[in-house]
Amino acid sequence: MSTPVHLKEDRPEAATEPGPARAIALHLKGYWNEVRSGEVGALPAVAGIIALCAFFGFSQPVFLSVGNLANLFGQGAAVACIAMGLVFVLVIGEIDLSAGFASGVCAAIMAVILTDWGWPWPIGIGAALATGMLIGLVLGTLVVKLGIPSFVVTLAAFLAFQGVVLMILKEGTNITINDETVKAVAGGNLERWQGWALLVLTVAAYAALQLQRWRRRVERSLVHEPLAVVLARIGALAALLTGTVFLFNLERSANPQIISLTGVPVVVVLLGALFAVWTFVLHRTRFGRHLYAVGGNHEAAVRAGVAVDRVRIGAFVICSGMAAVGGIVAASRAASVDPNTGGSNVLLLSVGAAVIGGASLFGGKGTVRAALLGGAVVAIINNGMGLMGLSAGVRFGVTGAVLLLAAGVDAMSRGRGKLFGRH
Amino acid sequence: MLLELTGLSKRFGPVEVLSDVDLAIDAGEVCALVGDNGAGKSTLVKCIAGIHAIDGGTINVDGRPRGISGPRDAAALGIEIVYQDLALCDNLDVVENLFLGRERRRGLVLDDDAMEQLAAETLESLAVRTIRNLRQPVASLSGGQRQTVAIAKAVLWNSRLVILDEPTAALGVAQTRQVLELIRRLADQGLAVLYISHNLNDVFAVADRIATLYLGRMAAVLDAADTTQSQVVELITSGRSGSLGLIDTNGVRP
Repeated sequence: MSTPVHLKEDRPEAATEPGPARAIALHLKGYWNEVRSGEVGALPAVAGIIALCAFFGFSQPVFLSVGNLANLFGQGAAVACIAMGLVFVLVIGEIDLSAGFASGVCAAIMAVILTDWGWPWPIGIGAALATGMLIGLVLGTLVVKLGIPSFVVTLAAFLAFQGVVLMILKEGTNITINDETVKAVAGGNLERWQGWALLVLTVAAYAALQLQRWRRRVERSLVHEPLAVVLARIGALAALLTGTVFLFNLERSANPQIISLTGVPVVVVLLGALFAVWTFVLHRTRFGRHLYAVGGNHEAAVRAGVAVDRVRIGAFVICSGMAAVGGIVAASRAASVDPNTGGSNVLLLSVGAAVIGGASLFGGKGTVRAALLGGAVVAIINNGMGLMGLSAGVRFGVTGAVLLLAAGVDAMSRGRGKLFGRH
Repeated sequence: MLLELTGLSKRFGPVEVLSDVDLAIDAGEVCALVGDNGAGKSTLVKCIAGIHAIDGGTINVDGRPRGISGPRDAAALGIEIVYQDLALCDNLDVVENLFLGRERRRGLVLDDDAMEQLAAETLESLAVRTIRNLRQPVASLSGGQRQTVAIAKAVLWNSRLVILDEPTAALGVAQTRQVLELIRRLADQGLAVLYISHNLNDVFAVADRIATLYLGRMAAVLDAADTTQSQVVELITSGRSGSLGLIDTNGVRP
């Protein structure tokens, strides 16, 4: 280094440590300023979830029952998985229209292996995941190496996969899935104690990570959040998870004498685990950083020496791989695979979920959390309006309106950002 | 001499864009490169950066001839270029941009804290006070701040020669001043700076020496202290000024 490096002994930020209450107030004020300047983040989706829950809970009290809550996760899980994968291609400014039918293809392959061939479940699930990743590899290579727009490549794949599903299922027969392990993915529940154990482990791991990070930043005398804010965040997570586990551990069967139904649904754990893994990849690894860079300024990424092609193909592999997970969940929930698995509106709801959560179709922006929150909004609308007895037509209409609203919020925050010098 | 170009020539097909260009830059000095549109400034920079292969002449770094056949070679020799159209990602924050492509890691995990600390130290060593929050997205910065980030990105790596292509072209008066001060500090800290500009006021404010290209030939390399603006203007427009400059200026060798 030819430039001399001066280590400053103490920074003013570290020197003037405010009291905890004041620190939290300052922190919230900073967050509010960010929101005002156009960084709305998860706010619209969270506000939407709260408003929808209040509305449906008021008009259909059964909506807020624990049984329905568990149901809600099962209904939304497949779309949420696909949406999580879509975030990766949305971040690099591409689109994958084939994700829905890719999930159908993977589910169909799994069904054939499990039911027609009678092979064990690890092979079935493994084959589904491998198929998904292979699909992503092919799509990504076509987009990146040949330079065909992703819209066209995946539109072609959308049509072709529809045919592949029909061929695998021999012109539209329905394959039942009898494997108990696969069925448990969407239908199983943890034991009560397993739920509590998982809660303790999760909170402990989160607290350890947060505190370690906080301590490192203090040691390096970097600008850091007050300890009170870190503790408040850990406390909030603990409270949220405790409430969730407590509710799910209540008896939610309509006839407890005949069959007891308690415990955290497996699918909730699956979504949580996928959320943690992909959030880590997106925000804590070089690959994730490069995804954002490619989506933000392709030219800059090239000049900085980012392996742009590999990164872009990787995004497609993850997207189609997650579509396979979505297909497995959907097959597990229905305990069967038919030509409509992953079809009809699955893809559009998934894209809608990602955008409602705050991912941008223009690239450079989007989080895994966004996909989950957006998926929740979509699932709640479908579930709640179903409970109200409204027709599928009305549900589609309302989902479309919400998507438009979300895109509007995105565009407006963009405009507001411009006002404050962003974009 | 840190960088020494002798007899450099470059042609695109039949067009000779650079012919027999000599230029030497030493550590600790700001050398301005001026010339009209099409004089060959950008081509010269791209030859030094290894983006264009040279057709004749030699490039010496530290007195030894070097073949630079790509930006990686240039970077390995300590040559960094800050392009006119700032290669920054708007959606990444300051630290993420500074380390883009060369991230620090602990195992698989990005070491964001180490990067932030190093970024803070680098900006401090450059006496940059205009960027308060290293974690704000680059999109929210002003033009001058963005240019500062781009320059800091170039000096973060053991760079010894920083080439700046029109760094103040899109900036206001105050921001131009900040960037010029930063350029001066780079040289004062022992880096060599090659500064390309159209604005002679800026050039005279910061440069130690002024090299003028005229139709692909080096018209003159002069000490800024002994030169007037009108002389440089004449050199830019006609290739000569009084006894200075090219002997014949119609493109034919004497």
